[in-house]
Amino acid sequence: MVSMVIRRVFTAVPLLLLVSSLSFVLLSLTPGDAARQILGTRGTPEQYEALRQQLGLDQPVYEQFWHWLSRAVTGDFGTSIINGTSVAGEIWARLPVTLSLISGAILVSVVVGVAGGVFSAVKDGWLARAIDALVLVVWALPVFWVGSMLVVVFAIKLEWLPAVGYVPLSESPTAWARSLALPVFALSLGSVAAVVKQTREAMLDVLGSDYIRMAAANGIPPRSLIFRHALKNAAIPVVTVVGLQTIGLFGGAVLIENLFAVPGLGSLLVTSALSNDIPAVQAVAVVFTLVVIIVNFAVDIAYGLLNPKLRSS
Amino acid sequence: MKTMNSDEQILAVRELTVEYPQGRGRDPLRAVDKVTFDIAQGETLGLVGESGSGKSTIGRAILGLVSPTAGSIEFGGQDITRAGSRERRALSQDLQVIFQDPYSSLNPSRTIGATLAESLRLHPELSKDQVRDRAADVLGRVGLPRTAIDRFPSNFSGGQRQRIAIARALMVEPRLVICDEPVSALDLSVQAQVLNLLSELQREFNLGYLFVAHDLDVVRHLSHRIIVLFGGQVMEEGPAEAVYSKPLHPYTKALLDAAPVPDPVLQAARRTRREQLPIVSGAGQPAGCPFATRCPHALPVCHSERPTMEVTPVGTSVACHRWRDLNSVPTLELPDRKISHAR
Amino acid sequence: MTLVAPFTEITDVSGSSSADSRFVRRLLRRPQAVACLVYLAVLAVVAIASPILLPDVAAERAGDLADSLQGPSSQHWLGTDSLGRDVLQRLLVGSQDTLIGVGVALVVVMLLGIPLGLLAGYVGGRLDRTLCWIADLVLSLPAMVLVIVVLSVFSQNLVAAMVTMGVLTAPALFRVVRAATLPVREQLYIAAAVVAGLSPSYIVRRHVLPRIVGPIIVQLSLLAAGALLLQTGLAFLSLIAGPPAPSWGGMVADGVGVMFQQGWLIWPPGIAIALTVLALGLLGDAVRDVSTEGWSPKRSPSRSTKQREKKGAHAPAVSVDDDVLLGIRNLTVSFASSGGNVRAAERVSFEVGPGETVGVVGESGCGKTTTALAILGMLGHGGHVEDGEAHFAGQDLLTLSERDIQEVRGSEIAYISQEPMVSLDPAFRIGWQLEEAVRANTPLRGADAKRRVQELLEQVQLPDPKRAARMYPHELSGGMAQRVVIARALAGEPRLLIADEPTTALDVTMQVEILELLRSLQREHGMAILLVTHDLGVVADICDRVVVMYAGEVVETASVADLFAHPGHPYTQALLASNPHNQHAAGMLPTIPGSVPELGAMPPGCRFLPRCTQSTPACELGTIPLLQIGERHESRCVHAREVRST
Repeated sequence: MVSMVIRRVFTAVPLLLLVSSLSFVLLSLTPGDAARQILGTRGTPEQYEALRQQLGLDQPVYEQFWHWLSRAVTGDFGTSIINGTSVAGEIWARLPVTLSLISGAILVSVVVGVAGGVFSAVKDGWLARAIDALVLVVWALPVFWVGSMLVVVFAIKLEWLPAVGYVPLSESPTAWARSLALPVFALSLGSVAAVVKQTREAMLDVLGSDYIRMAAANGIPPRSLIFRHALKNAAIPVVTVVGLQTIGLFGGAVLIENLFAVPGLGSLLVTSALSNDIPAVQAVAVVFTLVVIIVNFAVDIAYGLLNPKLRSS
Repeated sequence: MKTMNSDEQILAVRELTVEYPQGRGRDPLRAVDKVTFDIAQGETLGLVGESGSGKSTIGRAILGLVSPTAGSIEFGGQDITRAGSRERRALSQDLQVIFQDPYSSLNPSRTIGATLAESLRLHPELSKDQVRDRAADVLGRVGLPRTAIDRFPSNFSGGQRQRIAIARALMVEPRLVICDEPVSALDLSVQAQVLNLLSELQREFNLGYLFVAHDLDVVRHLSHRIIVLFGGQVMEEGPAEAVYSKPLHPYTKALLDAAPVPDPVLQAARRTRREQLPIVSGAGQPAGCPFATRCPHALPVCHSERPTMEVTPVGTSVACHRWRDLNSVPTLELPDRKISHAR
Repeated sequence: MTLVAPFTEITDVSGSSSADSRFVRRLLRRPQAVACLVYLAVLAVVAIASPILLPDVAAERAGDLADSLQGPSSQHWLGTDSLGRDVLQRLLVGSQDTLIGVGVALVVVMLLGIPLGLLAGYVGGRLDRTLCWIADLVLSLPAMVLVIVVLSVFSQNLVAAMVTMGVLTAPALFRVVRAATLPVREQLYIAAAVVAGLSPSYIVRRHVLPRIVGPIIVQLSLLAAGALLLQTGLAFLSLIAGPPAPSWGGMVADGVGVMFQQGWLIWPPGIAIALTVLALGLLGDAVRDVSTEGWSPKRSPSRSTKQREKKGAHAPAVSVDDDVLLGIRNLTVSFASSGGNVRAAERVSFEVGPGETVGVVGESGCGKTTTALAILGMLGHGGHVEDGEAHFAGQDLLTLSERDIQEVRGSEIAYISQEPMVSLDPAFRIGWQLEEAVRANTPLRGADAKRRVQELLEQVQLPDPKRAARMYPHELSGGMAQRVVIARALAGEPRLLIADEPTTALDVTMQVEILELLRSLQREHGMAILLVTHDLGVVADICDRVVVMYAGEVVETASVADLFAHPGHPYTQALLASNPHNQHAAGMLPTIPGSVPELGAMPPGCRFLPRCTQSTPACELGTIPLLQIGERHESRCVHAREVRST
């Protein structure tokens, strides 16, 4: 267990370095550097050179990277070249928004997904088959399309929930929940489907195993077989899929935030990418990676708790 | 029939040691510990022991499937301890294998013909038809019809698959065949058929066998000499009949006594005899004799000092500190294990 | 003397040409797979042909603006968009970019994933660990985010985006290929190929790769679906395929923009995307089903049909006989197979007295395990009881409902199996599992239950019961695990223990200890044992009476002493004779020629007839009944009396 934690930390550092250096090198290749971006077509060549020096763009890439890295560890990601605000400040303001969106989606995926998967594995009949079919269809629908349909139905036709926008929790908890309801629902559908599918398969797999049959042959009641033995063993592959889905949710969040005009990291990433705001793109990529590493960490700990073989070795 | 046609030695294993790494911070597991033996042309050497005794590892080391930690293996006078794949390719013409599991030893998606032809890939001079004829001949020799050549393993029963595995080994006219528990997975009636086939083929082609098994009854039947292994070390070795009927090592005796015999009267007598021995079952690897923790006769010296191989009056060699006082003096004559209706 | 081994008959299971073509044929037999393949083929044709047939669509900035935002009509089958362009045309032409995107990603994934996965799985060791570490590293990157980073450099560049996607998702295929290679690598035919001196590249190409095509296709279809969703998502954000180029994702974005005026527009591209993803997903499912066909677990264990038929009918009066604890009468069990129902056990009858040990002995496939499982209603996998009775404690077990038989399991009849290591749940401690069995089968709770667990562990003579209770199954040796399994079986103090090959997986010295344990438990508790085994030595050691089975039938029942001294069936005789223990050291072993007949292809008359050396024409006539040939000694042989006296 301890060695696993250490291994994770050892993986995290190169991962962050890899992402930041890759994005840095890539972005330094961008035609038209930041100075040109800021000045637009107006500046004189002298102004341009001065700005390049001021931004450190005249130095070699590795020095720029080192410079950026040494400030990034202290949480300083520079200033946006579009509006001149602090990138770190922008990220701190937007991170809670994205995190609440994603944690909401994970919660829904796990609760609904595991319940649906267990039900579909254990029960026969039309309802179980309906769940299987629904899962397949939901899995096939693109998240941005589902989001649009939800807006049409719940915001425009039924007028139950706001179509777009975000209300911070500190302003009004109910308005916050209402503003997140549709985005979370839209974002979670795909991973709910994936979790249902994996749970169902894992449960069927375990329920067909020898130790379940042998426990049944020695009088252990079905309720215990399903909810203790099978569920705990099936949880291992389910945790894997939840971990992978969570990583995928960050991608989905980019789409959903844009669709619902939610001011999170995803919308910042897209606007920055479209406007070549290099410091912002870089910072968002690094922060995303950091959050993903933390998620993986949690998944590993869950593994250790579920699988005694991992714990003892 | 056990007949040796020549004394020419083909395999010489010297102080073979194989260790498996056990992960960081732990000592490697010593699966085979300084094992030495020879096999002559046309001879069968039986390797007996329980799971974890290292018997299969020895076979795999000779075949190059695991690499020895120390010691040497010579085949036909040539050192093959660490032979590369090129040497192995040439060696495969003389050294073949039959595995235990007839289900996993044949690729289910290839026809029997394709599987057999693979052994002859080193002979590009042979035409397709020649290879096919050879495969059909060999299949006929192991008791399968020629039509088997175009079929898949799934069409055959366990015993038939084992015949196919034997056919694959015979495609190249080998001198030595490593038989790794070749009948353990088979039912009794089929087991006898395969054992008979193996001994016929030995006489016909003057094959040498290294016969690895856990069942001393089976090993005795085919072997000229037997080595009894425990914890990777040789406990006792010698001519098959001597080891079987006059076992001197406590482990060999335990092994023979543990296997239940299909005779209720005899079995009841054996049980009574066994119940008189103190039950010892311990774990851990002692520094001395590996059997010391489970031996009913162990003394302190057994735990601390590894016994040396000593030659006995019945022609066997035994590695036990107490073999003399447990077997000879003065009341105890060598136990005769011959059973009523044998011979 | 030259002995030519007799030709053995080939038991033809399926007339087959090649494993790979069998795979394709099985796949094409599924309508679902065919439909998916047809849809994807049509889509590919559309993607290639439509930009050629409709060359103007890709660059069309605006159509008839007066005609914009129309619903479906005869002129515009799928309506027009906000700029008056035909939606159908844009959908068709837009498919090209979508498929190119998916194709690029898949090629990259395959080029990286398959060779590296094979390498890691086949070579193993340090290389494997390094590659796995890198794969985990890459998999834990947020792919979408990095693709957007790349797109902010290579603006609007589809290929750059999809190559990035391919690199970032290749580890998913890598892991699948590696995981599929590992078990193949352990197969003995790989070892045989290594011994034959075949080169690693040949072995990987000819032996490994063909075995793992199924999982590769499954994973590729999932990755293709993912790539499609990513491509359309990027187009939706107009990060690729900027206007005026038509794209499915862009069309959804277009539809969202005018959602308030015309809700129709998001449907056509949405359905196109969903259908394509669905086709890929269903194709993957079909391929997986085909490649695992035959061993996938059934959804639910089915109770016997007999029980359903008898439901409602009052239970037949049962003769209560004090000498009989378990009485099996005419038990016939069949399994559903591709060629119809086959009978695995037929008209099986025998009795077990209280405290008696009865051995059921026979070779693999003789129906001994089937019989044992049928008693407890545990057949599963399409097996069902056709006929017969199993009387135990005044009731016919075969007519009990699932709920009622559950009451019997564990508390009246317990069961232990051949593989102790897979009989215990790996995720729970030994003590917990035993306590659960105690609570399920006795009224004991709390501290009493815990005390009982300690007692059980002591009864099965585990060296350190307290410590053992805290261990997980993987920390036990095979012998210890079997002791724990026996302890669990004893939890409900059953009157009958069914032990199915309880020592087969153990070493002989361990076998002695387990048999000794069973004997002492029986002495102390008066428990009856039904011991299923293939080993006549084990029977001689522990049993009071024996039931010999062959090809689904009981061929002989006798006391142990009678059976070994005066076997009354030629099969029993031959089986005893072919045991190497009874033989001279040198010389040929007596064998039983031929092999056991296939289930469903039984010879008429005596089932042992084709292999019997003592047969006469009388043996071919009809079904042979069990004949009484002595005190509690029966044999299913026409010549039983003569056979017995030889």
